[in-house]
Amino acid sequence: MKHLSEYRDPDQVDQYVQEIHRTVTRPWTIMEVCGGQTHSLVKNGILNLLPESVTMVHGPGCPVCVTPVNLIDKAVYLAEEKGVMLCSFGDMIRVPGSGRSLLEAKAGGADVRILYSPLEAVRLARDNPNREVVFFAVGFETTAPANALSVVQARQLGLTNYSILASHVLVPPAMEAVMNDPDTNIQAFLAAGHVCTIMGTGEYAPLAERYRLPIVVTGFEPVDLLHGILMTIRQLERGEHKLENQYTRVVRAEGNPDARRVIDQVFEVVDREWRGIGTIPRSGWEVRRELARFDANRKFSVSIPKVPECSDCIAGLVLKGIRKPNECTEFGTRCNPERPLGAPMVSSEGACAAYYHFSSALSDCVE
Amino acid sequence: MQLTCPMPKLDFDVITLGHGSGGTLTHKLLEAGVFDLLKNPLLDTHHDGAILNLTGKTAFTTDSYVISPPFFPGGTIGELAVNGTVNDLAMCGAIPRYLSLSFILEEGLTMSEFWEVLVSIKTAADRAGVQIVTGDTKVVERGKGDRIFINTAGIGTLHPKADISVGCVQPGDKLIVSGNIATHGMAIMSVREGLEFETSLQSDTAPLNHTVQTLLDEFGPSIHLLRDPTRGGVATVLNEIARDRNSGAARIGIDIQQASLPVLEEVAGACELLGLDPLYVANEGVFLAIVAADVAERFVGRLQTLPYGESAAIMGSITTEHPGQVVLTSRIGGRRVVSMLVGEQLPRIC
Repeated sequence: MKHLSEYRDPDQVDQYVQEIHRTVTRPWTIMEVCGGQTHSLVKNGILNLLPESVTMVHGPGCPVCVTPVNLIDKAVYLAEEKGVMLCSFGDMIRVPGSGRSLLEAKAGGADVRILYSPLEAVRLARDNPNREVVFFAVGFETTAPANALSVVQARQLGLTNYSILASHVLVPPAMEAVMNDPDTNIQAFLAAGHVCTIMGTGEYAPLAERYRLPIVVTGFEPVDLLHGILMTIRQLERGEHKLENQYTRVVRAEGNPDARRVIDQVFEVVDREWRGIGTIPRSGWEVRRELARFDANRKFSVSIPKVPECSDCIAGLVLKGIRKPNECTEFGTRCNPERPLGAPMVSSEGACAAYYHFSSALSDCVE
Repeated sequence: MQLTCPMPKLDFDVITLGHGSGGTLTHKLLEAGVFDLLKNPLLDTHHDGAILNLTGKTAFTTDSYVISPPFFPGGTIGELAVNGTVNDLAMCGAIPRYLSLSFILEEGLTMSEFWEVLVSIKTAADRAGVQIVTGDTKVVERGKGDRIFINTAGIGTLHPKADISVGCVQPGDKLIVSGNIATHGMAIMSVREGLEFETSLQSDTAPLNHTVQTLLDEFGPSIHLLRDPTRGGVATVLNEIARDRNSGAARIGIDIQQASLPVLEEVAGACELLGLDPLYVANEGVFLAIVAADVAERFVGRLQTLPYGESAAIMGSITTEHPGQVVLTSRIGGRRVVSMLVGEQLPRIC
């Protein structure tokens, strides 16, 4: 981790903070799209280093938060009723479905396992030929290559007991959804650095042009974030609207061709429902039809009735940046990380949980 | 840990339900080695309980150990049980004296594994200077336990100079951490099924009683509070303190400095990779002390010369601001609330 220290250097941070204060002349509202950026902003206390006139809005880039209730219900159903070994990334298992969460299913005896890699799930499938192993393949473009690779690997190994329950979502359509909302007040985006590492930056220049706003591809360390915010504010102050790349040490314009190839091999673009937002056209990936045997949705022909989301939860407004988490009447009272009403309160990357954990009652830490 | 005592010759090599029945097999198990290994006059009576001769203020604690896996880099569940109980007593300002041990064994545990645990218990008890004076063994069916669980109780006599309670904590006091945090939790994570990663990390499980006793001898009532931040880590314990001290007149908050927190580089790196915050990761051979400001520098200086204290540091202070809350100043100068852990710390997706 030594190589990261220069991106956490207090002097460098201070220089960017000073420069931001010098540059800003009027109020600006900037959305950081990625939950990882939200996490870093609050964890490092960056929000209270910024001028009061700069408002950071936490966007829909937390995969845990936007995974539809119905899909969580499916995962719970597979674990409880079909007896599968349900493997998942850690923070997905506490997200409430319409009934139980995966964590509660686990407590009830279902075989739910927390893994760091879908390739580990392939190994479990190989070692347990008499069990059905399902990996809950959640995430943005960042987790897609490994999830896709697990299918490729399972096929190479000739496994018939491995499948994925895919809920992949894509960042650019979500940014469009935010901008198409008539109530939006977003004036610029920090685009998600790691998503661009995979996909490249090609999709973002047209967005900057169409919506006439600055988009700066930004990293996750304090120095990265402040540099990205400064680049955004410079554009805003000059009235520019172009795509810039702050995260040049990682992100290349063409992305990672190998990763994109394996994604194309396994997934195809589909309309996707986002929790709290609704269906966004061509905003997700699902397993290609010809690989249906690796798609848990098709393999188990799961059909779970859709349950309306909790009407008191304003997750959609929060995820689109129209309302702040602490402007919700349920925030911190009926809705808290122990009993979340909606998904943004669950993952530490979720906007509501981030507010709750890191800044709830510290008035001088949050504008 | 290496086996330092040879395992006795037995006509069984795995634990069966019969070993918990109280009958012949139980006796065979105990007589074959347990009593000999843990030998002391109080245990040697083989009675239903131990008769203790205590005077003055006495501290009494209990704990259960269910760690998975029971054998991990740097220790076993047995060492953990002894050290953990000893440390709970030391945190009360007591000098640990006597421990009880109850085993819940899962059918199928091998005798050599059980012996390894027993030997580690013996070694740990000797190191801490405590006696195991009573105990029990039960066996549960296969699938109804996780190889071995241990419940303990511990009794200690209060140090004459100790005056330790959350009520003694005052604004202006300094918060001291005795060593590198999160080491134990990450050593365990490194061998958990499905999460294995290569590391040379070892659990820092250790008896802290001798170190604490020396500090009490020298600093007495200037030590206002001692806590060992085991489950839930440093963040959880600090939140408990801030909340407990938040009723009545003198409400307090706690300020901590990220830059002053001692964390091994390897631990910090592993936490980063797994998406965990070292503040919430479990510790074993580490304690937190809240001491009067005027002794803080001397206290840390002395602690750094004592066993398990070489990385000690002042990591924060007690304040009247933000009562009931723990606030961290990050390395870059930003501030944020450090809240209590909700549920289990779960790794983040990205």
